Amino acid sequence: MPRRIVIGIRGVGHRIIESVWRLGYAARFFSLILLKSGTSIRRFGLIIRELYFTGVLTMVIILVSGLFVGMVLGLQGYETLQKFGAETAVGTLVALSLVRELGPVVAGLLFASRAGSAITAEIGLMKATEQLEAMGMMAVDPIARVVAPRFWAGVISMPLLAAMFSAMGVFGGYLVAVVLIGVDEGSFWSQMQSVVDFRFDIVNGIIKTCVFGVAITAIAVFEGYNAPPTAEGVSGATTRTVVTSALVILGLDFVLTSFMFRGVG
Amino acid sequence: MTTNPLVEIKDLNFSYDERAILKGINMTMPRGKVIAIMGGSGCGKTTLLRLIGGVVSPSSGYVRVDDQIVHELSRDKLFSLRRKMSMLFQFGALFTDLSVFDNVAFQMREHTDLPESVIRDLVFMKLHAVGLRGAHNLMPAELSGGMARRVALARSIALDPMLVMYDEPFAGLDPISLSVIGKLIRRLTDALGMTSILVTHDVHQSLEIVDYVYFISEGVIAAHGTPSEVRGSVSPFVHQFIHSEVDGPVPFHYPAEKYATDLNLENRIA
Repeated sequence: MPRRIVIGIRGVGHRIIESVWRLGYAARFFSLILLKSGTSIRRFGLIIRELYFTGVLTMVIILVSGLFVGMVLGLQGYETLQKFGAETAVGTLVALSLVRELGPVVAGLLFASRAGSAITAEIGLMKATEQLEAMGMMAVDPIARVVAPRFWAGVISMPLLAAMFSAMGVFGGYLVAVVLIGVDEGSFWSQMQSVVDFRFDIVNGIIKTCVFGVAITAIAVFEGYNAPPTAEGVSGATTRTVVTSALVILGLDFVLTSFMFRGVG
Repeated sequence: MTTNPLVEIKDLNFSYDERAILKGINMTMPRGKVIAIMGGSGCGKTTLLRLIGGVVSPSSGYVRVDDQIVHELSRDKLFSLRRKMSMLFQFGALFTDLSVFDNVAFQMREHTDLPESVIRDLVFMKLHAVGLRGAHNLMPAELSGGMARRVALARSIALDPMLVMYDEPFAGLDPISLSVIGKLIRRLTDALGMTSILVTHDVHQSLEIVDYVYFISEGVIAAHGTPSEVRGSVSPFVHQFIHSEVDGPVPFHYPAEKYATDLNLENRIA
């Protein structure tokens, strides 16, 4: 029995050391991406190409999801607010929910699922098929040529996609509340305009999306670059990207929200 | 023109963790020759190529390429040396998101400031040399195994390197593709004045095109010589390898417990 306990404690210790080592390795990898971003910035075409794959191809899921989330918010918001005779505030509710929370968080989760997983799978497969090693043998640094452009494309795409998600959500809320239910259009827009604050709501929302963009893309490229070069290794890395990104988004959202919106009405 | 060997390997040892892969390897590879490194699977042949390319560092000893000790080079100097060498990977390692044309043009665009019109001409010349000028628009997924290997060959000679390393260039090819790749390696080596190092299992194809052969077994050089010397060798290992014999110094079975022990027969008899 004591031997089992020793083995158990040893196992826990081993996992903790492994996790700390991996975290340190990830930090070092992140620093390398930043250090080697010169090529991507000088040859911006590399980033533009990746913007298409990470940004443009993710737009469909972002726009459709944003529309439905906004429609649901409009419906649920109207149902609750009308009990207090405040149904004209439904526009404010939809806009604040989207700009402050749902826009960055849901767009982040969708971005991690669609673009993050694709980045991990692509880099992981490039590694498994020796493309990264071949690049290194050609004296071309894979971090500068493959990883950095994907990282910056993700960082640029995420805030833009989140903005589209929120805009589409507001439109969805408008469709349900104004067009379908018949809430006064003037009140819908004017209340939204008077309550939503540019500095506290929109800028803070943008800051959140930028932080999420860095986190998701850094996780995606790290997992892809360090995936074991097997089918199982790449699939495991892809799953880890989605799971880790989702947890990091939710955790960071709580931390950022607690700093940004403390004491704000 | 220097007469020093292009690649010199001296007392080279390499281990993964505690497991010794290469033990006291000494090799000399003169310029302009095709040299084959042969041996069973997992004997350390590919590791040797990775050591020459500076992907991994030796535990002791050294690899000297073009008068530079590879593992002592700074990253910039290593990359500068790698611009003069190239490697053809076992399955080509073509960039799957780039067309055949762009794969061959990759190094030219990365390392030179040549205008696109010149790059276009050079790419077509390289593809013509491997017989695939007409396939320049295809994507790697549209190529057969043999064609992919030929595109990779065109890519590996894109910048006229002094040294090309081939990792199992004949693996998985039909007899025609195999012969085509073999002849191309010989022809390109002679035409471009480069040195080729071939890691392969394919004895018959290799002996037809190479100038010198090293056999590696269990991490050491078991035999070496010219193709005619190797064909006439009385070394049991070389004989077994060349004649594809099951019995010989290379065991069929991976080291294991006694068969009877694994089948639990000893306990039953007792």
